[in-house]
Amino acid sequence: MTKSINTTPEVTIKKISEYLKINKRFDGRKTDEFRELIIEKNVSNKAEGSVRVKLGKTEVIVGIKADVAEPYPDSPDKGNLMVTAELLPLSSSRFELGPPKFDTIELGRIIDRGIRESGIIDVKKLVIKEGEKVWAIFIDIYSINDDGNLLDAAGIGALVALKLAKLPKYNEKENKVLHDQHDKEIPLTDVNPISITIHKIGNKLIVDPTREEEDASETRITIGISDGVISSMQKGNPVPLKDEEVFEAIDLADKTWKELFKKIEKIIKSK
Amino acid sequence: MTEFKRPDGRKEDEMREIKAKVGIVPNADGSAMYQSGDTIAIAAVYGPKKMHPQHKQDPKRGVLRCTYNMNSFSVSERIRPGPSRRSTEISKIIEWALEPVLDLDKFPNTVIDVHVNIIQADAGTRCAGINAASMALAHAGIPMKDLILSISVGKLDKTVVVDLSKEEEDFEEGEGATDIPISMTSSGDLTHLQLDGKINSKQLKKAIEMARKASKEIYEVQKKALKESINLE
Repeated sequence: MTKSINTTPEVTIKKISEYLKINKRFDGRKTDEFRELIIEKNVSNKAEGSVRVKLGKTEVIVGIKADVAEPYPDSPDKGNLMVTAELLPLSSSRFELGPPKFDTIELGRIIDRGIRESGIIDVKKLVIKEGEKVWAIFIDIYSINDDGNLLDAAGIGALVALKLAKLPKYNEKENKVLHDQHDKEIPLTDVNPISITIHKIGNKLIVDPTREEEDASETRITIGISDGVISSMQKGNPVPLKDEEVFEAIDLADKTWKELFKKIEKIIKSK
Repeated sequence: MTEFKRPDGRKEDEMREIKAKVGIVPNADGSAMYQSGDTIAIAAVYGPKKMHPQHKQDPKRGVLRCTYNMNSFSVSERIRPGPSRRSTEISKIIEWALEPVLDLDKFPNTVIDVHVNIIQADAGTRCAGINAASMALAHAGIPMKDLILSISVGKLDKTVVVDLSKEEEDFEEGEGATDIPISMTSSGDLTHLQLDGKINSKQLKKAIEMARKASKEIYEVQKKALKESINLE
């Protein structure tokens, strides 16, 4: 009765690999081609900013909340940033209840570094009183349907949500955040980091894997990039990569960034 | 009694606008979205599938397992992601609300997982979640004796009203707000009843009647959404 399958059969994985040798994918895409990207803005009205990102059948919701908090002791002159992901059991029979598993934690951390290290958030401008009060920005990611590449969907969502978000008003005298009234935008710089994950299957590098392709993936590298400048990377899984594969992946990420950012910019500007 | 005005101008027995859609999580065996005003809930059903760990299997009947989870940004002040005492209790309430219409005897040793997620909250999230879950179970093709219809009724000062918004839940004048989330079958059996506030039995009777009236409308909404999902396929 149930159609939920937990693993991709070995024979499918073999076929994916064989097809890729002749540059073919099951859904007819080229190796460097993303699935259709759909972004819906403001999907949760209590969030400071929120988006729904769909990559084919993969879907995530990313929301931003802001609050006034104490800065971290080692950065009294900077605002706080926290990125959390929840891979909901609702989104896949693979995700179980209980404390966050490694994939969930890694996803949050990769997106965190992609945003943080790029410097897109002007964290110094988030200071209300140095050493005492700063804005804390929370980026929270929820998976709604996992058909592969939740990582890149989440990264796109984080960028767009940040660009849409408005800080709530803050009453300094009463030390109260007025969550229902929104004020200025989050201070952002002019970089636009997107985390793009390149997967290696056989000798081929591909972008935006489906769930089956992700299962066939031997190794992956996530590159946080903005207009040719890399600010975060993470290689995942034990199979090694050669130098030239890393640089091929970077070229692929750079090209992908240009395509994705064009779409993202259009969506942000649209009403 | 003085004429009572609801903050959003609704009549006492007027629900917020409802939207419902079935089939929103492709991975799931069944799924649905239910929106009531600014409250949006989604639900996904996985199963019946073999229960793991094995010692939790019941050889006589299947097990219904529900989880209720709020997105951290679905409320004004961010809530920490992950389970809480509140979500644990509501999860169980949802199980109790839905189980009476399921024929679990037919699925020994299995579990049916129902996951409810709140995307946007403006009061009545458990009721929206139960309505979404009811449709998702039907969408999953699980044999059901009936659908479950859920609505929050309540009392603002002395006036009984249906479908409280957050603003109304926070109402403090006079006797304040009483919140009564109720779920029932289409024939009117109550499968879930909670109450927080202050009310007498006569007023409660009126409130339940009001919920029963609202449930008829919700019944139609659920059926319509389910039919639309079939036409699409």
